[in-house]
Amino acid sequence: MANWCMVIDLEKCVACQACSVACRMENNTPVVSPEEAKNGRAIRWNDVFPLPVHIAPEQGEYPNVKTHYATRPCMHCENAPCVKTCPVQATYIDEEGIVRQNYDRCIGCRFCTVSCPYGVRYFNWYAPQWEGTLENHLNPDELSVNGSLEGPAVRPVGVVEKCTYCVHRLVKARERAAAEGREFRADEYVPACVQTCTGKARYFGDLDDPDSTVSQLSKSLRATHLLEDSGAHPKTLYLAEG
Amino acid sequence: MQPILTAQDRENLVSPLFKFDRQFWMTIAVLSVITLPGLALYVRQLFLGLGVTDLNRPVFWGAYLVNFIFLIGISMAGTVISAVLHLLHIEWRRPITRIAESLTVFGLMTAGLQIIMDMGRPDRLINTILYGRLQAPLMWDIASLTLYLLTASFALYLQLIPDIAFMRDSTPENAPTWRKKLYSTLSLGWRGNKEQWTRLEKAITTVSVILIPIGVSLHTVTSWLFSTTVQPGWKSTILGPYFVVGAIYSGIGLLFIAVTFATQYNHHLKSYITDTFYKNLGWIFIVMSFVWFYFTLNETLVVTTEQETLEFPVMAAKLFGEFAPAFWGMNVLMVATTWILIALKVPNKASSNPLFKTTTGLVMTVLAVVTFIALALNIPTLHGAFVELGLLIAFIVFFVLALLGLTGWFQAHLIPSTVIASAFVLFGMWLERWNILMPTLTHARIIPYTTYFPTVTEVALTISTFGILTLIFVVFYKFFPSISIWEVEAGRALEIKNGG
Repeated sequence: MANWCMVIDLEKCVACQACSVACRMENNTPVVSPEEAKNGRAIRWNDVFPLPVHIAPEQGEYPNVKTHYATRPCMHCENAPCVKTCPVQATYIDEEGIVRQNYDRCIGCRFCTVSCPYGVRYFNWYAPQWEGTLENHLNPDELSVNGSLEGPAVRPVGVVEKCTYCVHRLVKARERAAAEGREFRADEYVPACVQTCTGKARYFGDLDDPDSTVSQLSKSLRATHLLEDSGAHPKTLYLAEG
Repeated sequence: MQPILTAQDRENLVSPLFKFDRQFWMTIAVLSVITLPGLALYVRQLFLGLGVTDLNRPVFWGAYLVNFIFLIGISMAGTVISAVLHLLHIEWRRPITRIAESLTVFGLMTAGLQIIMDMGRPDRLINTILYGRLQAPLMWDIASLTLYLLTASFALYLQLIPDIAFMRDSTPENAPTWRKKLYSTLSLGWRGNKEQWTRLEKAITTVSVILIPIGVSLHTVTSWLFSTTVQPGWKSTILGPYFVVGAIYSGIGLLFIAVTFATQYNHHLKSYITDTFYKNLGWIFIVMSFVWFYFTLNETLVVTTEQETLEFPVMAAKLFGEFAPAFWGMNVLMVATTWILIALKVPNKASSNPLFKTTTGLVMTVLAVVTFIALALNIPTLHGAFVELGLLIAFIVFFVLALLGLTGWFQAHLIPSTVIASAFVLFGMWLERWNILMPTLTHARIIPYTTYFPTVTEVALTISTFGILTLIFVVFYKFFPSISIWEVEAGRALEIKNGG
């Protein structure tokens, strides 16, 4: 079984937020009004923000300034706090190392959102809405596991949702390979953010395959994790700047 | 030998339960009026979603969770008073065991409501049974809460059986048939013979022993809800015992208020619940206040000294930041409480010194409140090294003088002073829970710092919750005596025996 992993090269990243947009279109994340967004209600499975978070993005005096940005999907932690605290097993790590969410089972207690050190989990405060014609362009894909919704189809109000490494694309790629009567290859599956990345700063693949790009990159001296000491054993890798 | 329970007792304790007078209906009407807006807003929340609250990312939990811990906390009163004091054979517990036990049951019921209010999908509550993971802290809490509620209800009912039988035998002729039927069914054929008493005593002792660890477990598990998320500010091993101590502290506070409310409601009860109860439970209250300070100091000192990059911003928000008014307000209330409680224990000496006059005390109280508000509001024109320091010193001086001035009044008014101290503790403990939850939630690790203030819906639902709690209390004691009649009887019998 594969151990899917994403590597983000911060040296290459230009913080253009194309990954955020691609994620939104691929996964049908609802749009909120600017006021709601200001109140922390925006849903961005893939977020781009300045690092460090708690001080002004620009440090130093002009012209000697420096700015760092990070883009942040789910870390798909190996010791995921969200999975450990979910009372109903609505979120779980599948056998391929992806932290998944069962939208039909979630009771909306928001224990996972509180325990996630990365803030990658989002709650549907209201029923999802789209502005104008956006609603006509929803991704029609739908992933159901044992009759429970897990895929990009629109989630109901009151449940938690999160980045799934576009797991529906994995299912589709496998089905296509099976229909064509051939073996599924790991490079047939990439999440939308990786596919769209302008600077080609994102890599995706099987971390357990020693020849894959991601496992080669994981050996880089620049390879690091976000909040390495959080105890969650995050999997998504970053290649540090500089 | 005279019968231990006189006709007067019957008149005092049983007759009011059959009088649905104006006072009763007025109480019900007032409580319903304050409860209904919250219920209406809850229905709105059900339809629209939790967006009607001020919750956001990362403040995913708010007023509902604060109320939940608070209500869990006040439910500790019953366990301590009834179970511990029962096992220690402490006599003065007898008249108030009933109210104490019922507060446990009612507190837990309303605490359960908070969880449902806070859920994004209350319609999926059944999933906790269908797919419940016993490894999840929330499931520990649900299991512990359910077990505690069942055991406490059972304990309450056990202790009620002889009194229900007494009610059955004392029901007035003109009482409605359904009430006669209610009492005769619920009394389970109690005849009060020796065998039944022996069995009941055994059962009550057993349940008391079981109740104590369950009570402690619930408060500890509730603290684990937070500490298992390993977020800065919650990642603490002290949280478990701190919650247990806080629970006993606020539980006793509510018990004082509930008992005083009951005696004010039915004046006859004053001959059963005497000053002795206030004095004796006051000692436990003092001990708890010191234990509480001890834990608060431990929690605050270590994190402040360490100045660790993740933990310290949370603590700084409490000490000097936006949570300072709530944090220091809580501490001021608790200091005042401890002072009042100790003042009640020292002899009252009249003094001619104007510093110890009640009027001086009242003036100083007003000044202290004004300076505290000025500090809390953080008015920009008041900034500056000396202005702020001056205000702080002024507040401390006014506060000390206020306590000194009012000491004489406190000493002369046992029950009002105890109620004031209890109200301070309840409000202070609500703030304590707020100070545990909110600074951590608003200071997430890699999400920008944010703020949270309850919306109208959350405030109305909080008011509703306390309305419902009082409503259950008032209605329950219209059907069952608020004094444990048989315990009073047993106490008197013991007195006669010991007296010769």
